[in-house]
Amino acid sequence: MESALELHDLTVAYHKKPVLYGIDLAVPSGKMVGIVGPNGAGKSTLIKAVLGLAPVAGGWVKVFGKSYRENCKRVGYVPQRESVDWDFPVSVMDVVLMGRYGHLRLAQRPTARDREIAMQCLDKVQMLPLANRQIGNLSGGQQQRVFLARALAQESDLYLMDEPFVGVDAATEAAIIAVLQELREQGKTLLVVHHDLANARSYFDQLILINMRLVAYGDTVEVFTPEVLQATYGGRLTLLDDVAQAMARRPALDSDRR
Amino acid sequence: MSGSKKKRISTASGWQMLVLGGLLLLLPTAAQAARISELVDTDFAQRAARFFTFQDASLRDALLGSMLLGGCCGMMGAFLVVRKLALMGDSLSHAVLPGVALGFLWHLSKDPVAIFIGATLAGLLGAGTVQLLRRTTRHQEDAALGFVLAAFFSIGICLFTMIQNLPGSSKSGLDKFMFGQAAALGREDVMLLAVVAVAVTMAVTLLFKEYRVTSFDPGFARSIGLPVQALHYSLMLLLAFAIVSALQAVGIVLVSAMLVIPAAAAYLLTDRLSLMVLLGAAFGVMAAASGAFFSFAGSNLPTGPFMVLSAAAIFAAAFLFAPRHGWLTRWWRERCQAARVRRENLLKAMYHALEQCSFITEQISVRELAERRRQTLEEMHAALRELERHGLVTVAADRSVVSFTPAGWQRACEIVRNHRLWELYLTRSAQYAADHVHDDAESVEHLLSEATVMQLEKQLNYARRDPHGKLIPGLADIQRGARVTPRDTEAGGML
Repeated sequence: MESALELHDLTVAYHKKPVLYGIDLAVPSGKMVGIVGPNGAGKSTLIKAVLGLAPVAGGWVKVFGKSYRENCKRVGYVPQRESVDWDFPVSVMDVVLMGRYGHLRLAQRPTARDREIAMQCLDKVQMLPLANRQIGNLSGGQQQRVFLARALAQESDLYLMDEPFVGVDAATEAAIIAVLQELREQGKTLLVVHHDLANARSYFDQLILINMRLVAYGDTVEVFTPEVLQATYGGRLTLLDDVAQAMARRPALDSDRR
Repeated sequence: MSGSKKKRISTASGWQMLVLGGLLLLLPTAAQAARISELVDTDFAQRAARFFTFQDASLRDALLGSMLLGGCCGMMGAFLVVRKLALMGDSLSHAVLPGVALGFLWHLSKDPVAIFIGATLAGLLGAGTVQLLRRTTRHQEDAALGFVLAAFFSIGICLFTMIQNLPGSSKSGLDKFMFGQAAALGREDVMLLAVVAVAVTMAVTLLFKEYRVTSFDPGFARSIGLPVQALHYSLMLLLAFAIVSALQAVGIVLVSAMLVIPAAAAYLLTDRLSLMVLLGAAFGVMAAASGAFFSFAGSNLPTGPFMVLSAAAIFAAAFLFAPRHGWLTRWWRERCQAARVRRENLLKAMYHALEQCSFITEQISVRELAERRRQTLEEMHAALRELERHGLVTVAADRSVVSFTPAGWQRACEIVRNHRLWELYLTRSAQYAADHVHDDAESVEHLLSEATVMQLEKQLNYARRDPHGKLIPGLADIQRGARVTPRDTEAGGML
């Protein structure tokens, strides 16, 4: 069966300093997968590398067997909530409609059908009554729901979510989980960056454990073991870090250029 | 000698111009201008009349050109402000200076098209340099912008000095580019401005959706396959167009203000980007037109400063009077609210006074009330007069006792009920200690809506007593009016 997402020897480097090393991964369709690891392990970077938002230094990414560019309509994205300016002059509805932009041509206006889809998505996260609010007048949980509704409006097959549970109330967390489970029932694939180990076990079918490199990937029951967690969270790999620093400082050699 | 005379006239007419300008902005018709003109010196009045009757072709060009550039700048400014790139306008406007000089050197004349092309290229080079510095060094945008601004501007100054020293080009009119002169706009300039205005408006209308999403969430925009970089540079190109077209009339030093101030004023008034772009454009047009007027009426003073001052006046008005975010409106709203809270607190004190004597009487002694509120008798009389004005109480003729009107009794009951319900809610549902809840309830009692109260009552099972054992007035007490004491008088007497 075709993988929803396949990474091969993926290395990501900011300013020549690698933050993720040689990740190999093949995620099958229809799974809800958590990405966990300590702070600075490269969880968000992994997602951003898939989306082409982080500089890929080596290896490749395939989404449903094709490059990301070719299949970007099949991928939905929920960025971290702090990544945008919530005082921006747009309404909740405007933001959710942005989820439809990927299906529209350049300079094409959203159609009535796009609006209808956006309304349905807002309804799914119980935000329809607030559709005309300016986004700055929302609570953290409500803002996260808006982002989720925008991703739903993308009508994708693979969803990449960056910390959707950070700073939200318990009711919102439960509502989001319900929506995610419904998506999985529909056969969608979900990759969710998650920071809370306490409930990672109950939320996800599979886990990707990373700390600058892939520590383990598999069904939650198999990889959620003390040994694997120790390997993931047991301190940074200081040697790897030192070498990365040295690499960044080293002048580029001719042999590096392809 | 003539210089000093000129100076005196200009300072003397400064105030008159401001006053007259304000009036003319309200009623910009030739007839009005003629009438007002009787008040001030004829020279200025004649100029104003000429301005508003559009007799003069060169004047028409100047005004039309100014309005076109004001609209362009206001529109582009909206995107700069929401992208937090306000300084980008400043840097680009300075960066175009070498381009202006090179454009001039091309034909050794003030050819608008050559200068436009040169300046646009220089502006784009400046924007590119900012991006390059940001990408390849550890500097953030601000340092890169500062560097580009200063470096390009210096190159421009050097080139300008060179041109000034060239034989036969001393009257080049290039100095107008520094501080701006709307009167210098010729027919060709206006044609060019119209083309730019149409281009900018069309691009913004067509690509509005794309510009909005790339400004709000560039990461997301890239993830859905939008060419974010190309869109950024197209926006910078439009920005360069707007800046270059505004240079002659506003001047390099102040162009960025025409970009930022109208858009910033619009941002205070709306929560929608589309409306902000339109308002920005409208404010830009208004500021440019009134700037052109003042410049013309004041014997061809530099236009740029007057345009910017007009824009600043619009901003100040928005800052003070905006319906939601305005400083004065907020102040006024808070003042009204504070007065209402004061009235309601006094009503509450009257209720407490009646409650203390088990509601056997309806009249409360003003002296006792003053002691209760720790106010002097005069202060209490003033406060009661305000309540009377609002029809909440009746004060006896000798002003020694006061009693509720039905409306006042209802409001007092509501406030006491809100207070006690909230205290009960905090102790029961939020596990507050009974002695911690009073201060919170003091402020919340004035804010609870009718719907919230109904919800509270239901959630608390229509409880009758607050955490301190006092009776909570129910709907029945409120409707029965002041004549009837609350139910359960024995309980009221207990406290």
